[in-house]
Amino acid sequence: MSAAAPAPRIAFDRVSVRFATAHGPLQVVEDVSFTVADREFVSIIGPSGCGKTTMMNIVAGFVAPTAGSVTLDGKPVGGPGPERGVIFQEYGVFPWLTVEENIAFGLNLAANRMSAAEKREVVQRYMRLMGLADFARAYPKTLSGGMRQRLAIARAYAVRPQFLLMDEPFGALDAQTRSHMQDLLLEVLAAEGKTVMLITHSVEEAIYLSSKIIVVTARPSRIRSVIAVPFPYPRDESLHERPEFGELRSHIRDLVMKEYAAQQRQVSADPARRPG
Amino acid sequence: MRRTALILAPWLLLILLWYAVAYSGLVNPSLMPTPHQVALRMHELLGGRLPRDIWMSTQRVFLGVALGILLAVPVGFLLGWYREVRRFVDPLINFFRALPPIALIPLVVIYFGIGEPAKVIILFYAAFFAGVIVMYEGIAQISPIFVRVARTLGATDMEIFRKVIVPLTVPHILTALRVALGVAWATLVASELIAAQQGLGALIQNAGSFFQLDIIYVGIICIGFIALAMDLALRTASRRLVAWQDRIGA
Repeated sequence: MSAAAPAPRIAFDRVSVRFATAHGPLQVVEDVSFTVADREFVSIIGPSGCGKTTMMNIVAGFVAPTAGSVTLDGKPVGGPGPERGVIFQEYGVFPWLTVEENIAFGLNLAANRMSAAEKREVVQRYMRLMGLADFARAYPKTLSGGMRQRLAIARAYAVRPQFLLMDEPFGALDAQTRSHMQDLLLEVLAAEGKTVMLITHSVEEAIYLSSKIIVVTARPSRIRSVIAVPFPYPRDESLHERPEFGELRSHIRDLVMKEYAAQQRQVSADPARRPG
Repeated sequence: MRRTALILAPWLLLILLWYAVAYSGLVNPSLMPTPHQVALRMHELLGGRLPRDIWMSTQRVFLGVALGILLAVPVGFLLGWYREVRRFVDPLINFFRALPPIALIPLVVIYFGIGEPAKVIILFYAAFFAGVIVMYEGIAQISPIFVRVARTLGATDMEIFRKVIVPLTVPHILTALRVALGVAWATLVASELIAAQQGLGALIQNAGSFFQLDIIYVGIICIGFIALAMDLALRTASRRLVAWQDRIGA
């Protein structure tokens, strides 16, 4: 985003991941190196099942690389931690807790303990921000998909993570809700800058939100290209109409489609291996 | 009003059907007491041995289910949570579950005598195997996503257990309880085959040997209603305790 080269917050250094499967070892990520600077918004885009989620899981602390290293502020990633907020594809809102209890969940843990007044304040704030204030006492079963999604984001935000790791967070939403959620995300990020890693299938989404886009290959994931998104923040819907947006979109779509075709060939050549 | 009528309608229909069969001449009248004969007999027995029979049976079922579930919860939890354990123990559980409790009665009598413990052990056996299956299948279906989310929010192992796993386990405990209670009432008569003097099963068996059909019907009706009442009570409790769940209350 800026001209100076700041110290990276997240750094992948020649990372490879291999999983043991019933059909032998499966190479999922191969020799991946990239960095994410402070307050940078990096999207990773590529064919489904190529290992994008694995890359996010390494940063989240759920998967250890087989080779290479991933560092956060220079230190190797240990387990998961509250400074890295994760938004999962399937949201994972706690069905047994109400909306406000879900948001307060992290605040009640020993790792993030705060005073009752402060807790109330934080919960109220994120309920307002995410448009959930009227549903404070509702259980998730009564919420729509978009609301559950906002709840998952509010819950992750409440513990004030410095990093936000998002795995296809808007994949299951309809087009309108999706676009609204993207704007809301940009708004919140403008207010409280965070370093973001987003996994997505959508080229438009990647361009609209990110400052940098990493296109990865079909499995095993290698970096195909790294593209700086030239549009300044704040962004709004009108960006979609700009000719430069269209050009960038076709360029990236081309890259992704080639990888998608490669993935299809892979699957038909080796049907026993399901995507990881 | 409408609701009450709807709830009562099937019962009234059942009684009507019973009268129809009893008066149709299709069945020998001495083999088919009428509903009012049975009601009269029940009224009479309520002043006699019936309260004691109900108390003894309920007590046995309660004990058997309580002990069975007490063991089924931790065992079911371990089997559900640890896939590797399940793979080895699952065939064993299914072996024992398939055995009808009645087939075990001679062994139970030899090892535990003919007193109260023998009867409770039969019910315990039935309740445990019914409960443990429900527990572990429920626990195995708990999505690991919730644990992951809690970890990313900074939860320790202990916090995950207390704040994620326990609340997710409660609905399965309640379902296991319901299933175990049903199975235990169904096994009651068998358990009271073991030299029981008192209890609804004993009442039915004694009546059978003296050809007192109306008393047999009284016993059957009592078992059915008590089991129904317990199930309703549990369901109401479930609705309160796990209001967050989709399927309960639906």
